[in-house]
Amino acid sequence: MELDVVELSRLQFAMTAMYHFLFVPLTLGLSIIVAIMETVYVMTNRPIWRQMTKFWATLFGINFVLGVATGITMEFQFGMNWSYYSHYVGDIFGAPLAIEGLMAFFLEATFVGLMFFGWDKMSKVAHAIVTWLVAIGSNFSALWILIANGWMQNPVGAEFNPVTMRMEMTSFFEVLFNEVAQAKFVHTVSAGYVTAAVFVLGVSSWYMLKGRHIELARRSIAVAASFGLASAFSVVILGDESGYSATHSQQMKLAAIEAMWHTEEAPAPFTLFGFPDQEDRETHYAVHIPWAMGLIGTRSLDDEIPGINDLEARAEDRIRSGIVAYDALQTIRANRDTPPEAAVLSFEEHSADLGFAFLLLRYVDDPREATDAQITQAAEDTIPTVWPLFWAFRIMVGLGFAFIGMMLYFFYRASFRGMQFPRWALRAAVIVIPTPWIAAEMGWFVAEFGRQPWTVDGVLPTALSVSHLGATELLLTLAGFVTFYSVLFIIEMGLMVKYIRKGPYLDVEETEAWTARHEHRLRTHDGNVPGASGPSTTPAE
Amino acid sequence: MILHELISYDVLRVIWWALLGVLLIGFALTDGFDMGVGALLPFVGKTDTERRMAINTVGPVWEGNQVWFILGGGAIFAAWPPLYAVSFSGFYLAMFVVLAAFIVRPVAFKYRSKRASATWRSSWDWALFVGGAVPALIFGVAVGNVLQGVPFHLTETLYPMYDGGVAAKFFGLLNPFALLTGVVSLAMLLTHGAAWLALKTEGNVARRARNIGTVTGLVTIVGFAAAGLWMAVGIPGYEMVSEVVANGPSNPLYSEVARTDSWLSAYTDRPWIVIAPIFGFLGSAMAVRGLRSTSEVGTLLWSKLGIFGMISTVGLTMFPFILPSTVDPNSSLTVWDSSSSHLTLFIMLIVTLIFMPLILAYTAWVYKVLWGKVTEADVTANSDTVY
Ligand code: HDD
Ligand code: HEM
Ligand code: HEM
Repeated sequence: MELDVVELSRLQFAMTAMYHFLFVPLTLGLSIIVAIMETVYVMTNRPIWRQMTKFWATLFGINFVLGVATGITMEFQFGMNWSYYSHYVGDIFGAPLAIEGLMAFFLEATFVGLMFFGWDKMSKVAHAIVTWLVAIGSNFSALWILIANGWMQNPVGAEFNPVTMRMEMTSFFEVLFNEVAQAKFVHTVSAGYVTAAVFVLGVSSWYMLKGRHIELARRSIAVAASFGLASAFSVVILGDESGYSATHSQQMKLAAIEAMWHTEEAPAPFTLFGFPDQEDRETHYAVHIPWAMGLIGTRSLDDEIPGINDLEARAEDRIRSGIVAYDALQTIRANRDTPPEAAVLSFEEHSADLGFAFLLLRYVDDPREATDAQITQAAEDTIPTVWPLFWAFRIMVGLGFAFIGMMLYFFYRASFRGMQFPRWALRAAVIVIPTPWIAAEMGWFVAEFGRQPWTVDGVLPTALSVSHLGATELLLTLAGFVTFYSVLFIIEMGLMVKYIRKGPYLDVEETEAWTARHEHRLRTHDGNVPGASGPSTTPAE
Repeated sequence: MILHELISYDVLRVIWWALLGVLLIGFALTDGFDMGVGALLPFVGKTDTERRMAINTVGPVWEGNQVWFILGGGAIFAAWPPLYAVSFSGFYLAMFVVLAAFIVRPVAFKYRSKRASATWRSSWDWALFVGGAVPALIFGVAVGNVLQGVPFHLTETLYPMYDGGVAAKFFGLLNPFALLTGVVSLAMLLTHGAAWLALKTEGNVARRARNIGTVTGLVTIVGFAAAGLWMAVGIPGYEMVSEVVANGPSNPLYSEVARTDSWLSAYTDRPWIVIAPIFGFLGSAMAVRGLRSTSEVGTLLWSKLGIFGMISTVGLTMFPFILPSTVDPNSSLTVWDSSSSHLTLFIMLIVTLIFMPLILAYTAWVYKVLWGKVTEADVTANSDTVY
């Protein structure tokens, strides 16, 4: 097993997963925003809300289809590139993936066709239900995939079976209610909502700036700002939950995110900024906030959060214990029918550390023959590279707080300032459209890179997870994916821009007829908007 | 948990083997006609409107249909992890080609009619053609290779290894027998697509579909028979020589496997399975007959029966083997030694029993809502909103 296959497989996975996640967050959030708009339409019967629904649904569709296309790659990639992983943990990891298909993909994919093509084939209420089912389906899919991913971060409810040489499920409920998975789910889904809110807000602001489709833009801003405000709060609060659950399940990741080299006295300070130096194990020019880390991480004043050096020492102990487990395992496997009692007992005692012995496979064929130096080296390998984690995390968190500020502002202007927005704010809203994607990609980077060198934390090292492939094959497919994905990305962006420029499909006659019928009931508290034009439903003040 | 002991391990394994078949057949029956329509597109539609008619027959449903494929992947992962690990890494480049096809296909459906340019549209039409024809062919090629055995072995620690370099691995798949099964699979799905178009369109598109479907239907029948004969004389089979431990642990290396002269000995051991190929021939023949007459719904149903028969033939003939190994027969994956644990199989069964009926119910409802032909008028009147 050459190292470059491992590197290439990681690169390919990271690339395809991060690419998939360009489309996922918008699907998660926009499906709900569209469903909300359609619900308002069903309740008020105002054509403008149907036009809004159809307009945002068109953009949703352009994005959704690439989410589907890139998701298919993900589903098969574990078998293609990570075949030992698939064998080793498929008994647990495969289940949520299959349930995702049964419970979520079928739901969203079956109804999404009706959502687009069923407008005149069913009643309004039925159509709104279909739209909600699509939204629910995509959110369920996030739940199951994050249960799968959460298990990789915190492998509960499973046990190693020496006979089948793999992890097997012992409790489905533990896998399901894994605290890491739950925290990830709510955080990631909220991240998707924020993404969609920022997108709707930005596109609508652009219309306001151009003086086009004002009616649609304002109402969309109202929806996006309120939905976005709630989600921005929840992404931050539930992000804190992710951090809290990492405190007990993934201490090394947490320490690396914080660049906490030494165990600090409780309650530990939070490092706001600084320059982590992996070699000297120190963070230069650090700016601390006293107590903050301890409070966030442990929610108490006297629990200690272990630092990197201490965790490395613990890893070394676990490697040594893992070697004992490995030795016992060999004995058990050699005497399959009547394994010696001593070996069985010894394996039971040490099997939790078996994965740590596998870390040595990078240096020796048989972990039992590892030298002290190699053991020390393997323990050092459990420390991920700190500075990218440190910075990626701070970018995500910084953006998280910025989104709260932004949503508060727009919510306030929308609710209490008669929907009047200064041009600078509208421009800013357009410019920040890409930032939630940056935050989300940073989040995945923190979660996945921070887990290295493991694919399944403490159980299976990344280097052992790969398939028996040659570098040529990986390079071929990598080149293929890069080409394909780049072309598709360009086409997608082109269509998005085209359809945003084109704007909603407005049925002038219908809108005017509706306005005429309801004129007596229409009140408005907004003045004339500069440049408002087209088939506007705004009655004169 | 004691609950899962309610159903014994060997029974669960057989159930999951059958469910694997259900998923593959479900995929072929639903997404099969989408692929068929895509592959037929350049031939049944000469004008843009005709092509749009064909595309819109599957427009609202292909997405749901495709989930059968995805669920196939997920269910193999959950129920047969070694199969998932060995097959997809072994057929690596072939899998990549399939993925590529399944990546362009959705995009082609969605984006094709979003611009008016003729070059834009015809490029996507070709993408739909490739996205339909290529996977249909490759799936058949894969089946042909599985029947002949695949050059992998498992190490002591069950690490799956493949023999041969990149080129040998990829081009080795394209042997004559596998190409024949590939053609059968392609022809079968083309016929299925034609039956669908005959039901959902009218005029020129339906007429051309019926003509092409007749030819591909006959190719399917002849090819299926030829593959059977070839299996009788030229393709060795496999058998378990050690005692079968149907309840044993999932470690393929614990059983001994030997080669036999032919898979077809299964038909003397279990004569009843002959019903599967009979369904295959009968369904395909009746589908051809339906395409020549005015029958619409009937043709599609017969075509479904044919597909059901042909795919079950493969599974039943090989039972209990799932993925035999040529270089180390002992590594072969069988129903008895390459499943998930007892508990996982049980849980997945419960989940399937809850959701499968729901899925079938709402899918049926969606087809009901969409019932009726796609006409030229539909396409021109809704030019902005349909595909
Ligand atoms: C937090 C959410 C999330 C995450 C982490 C992932 N996905 Fe995803 N996936 C979705 C959320 C999602 C979605 C929002 O539900 C998508 C996006 C667009 C869509 O159609 O559904 C989707 C689509 C999608 C599809 C196409 C489904 C269809 O046809 O409807 C597949 C097969 C996968 N994904 C598989 C995966 C795998 C194997 C992943 C992990 C390695 C993964 N996804 C990560
Ligand atoms: C104050 C704000 C935030 C905090 C405290 C926070 C905290 C965290 C933590 C600790 C993780 C890692 C979890 C793990 O390693 O398993 C994470 C991951 C992630 N974050 Fe954030 N985050 C914040 C804001 C955001 C924002 C604004 C977004 C996107 C809009 C976002 C998107 C993500 C995503 C997609 C992941 C990966 C999935 C996961 O592990 O949950 N986060 N976040
Ligand atoms: C829910 C499913 C998953 C999602 C959405 C996901 C997402 C990601 C993302 C965004 C990255 C980029 C971070 C980086 O570059 O380090 C990544 C990296 C990676 N992921 Fe995951 N992941 C998932 C599950 C898995 C699984 C099942 C594996 C198993 C083999 C895996 C293995 C890796 C590896 C090896 C890397 C590269 C890490 C590196 O380069 O440092 N991930 N993943």
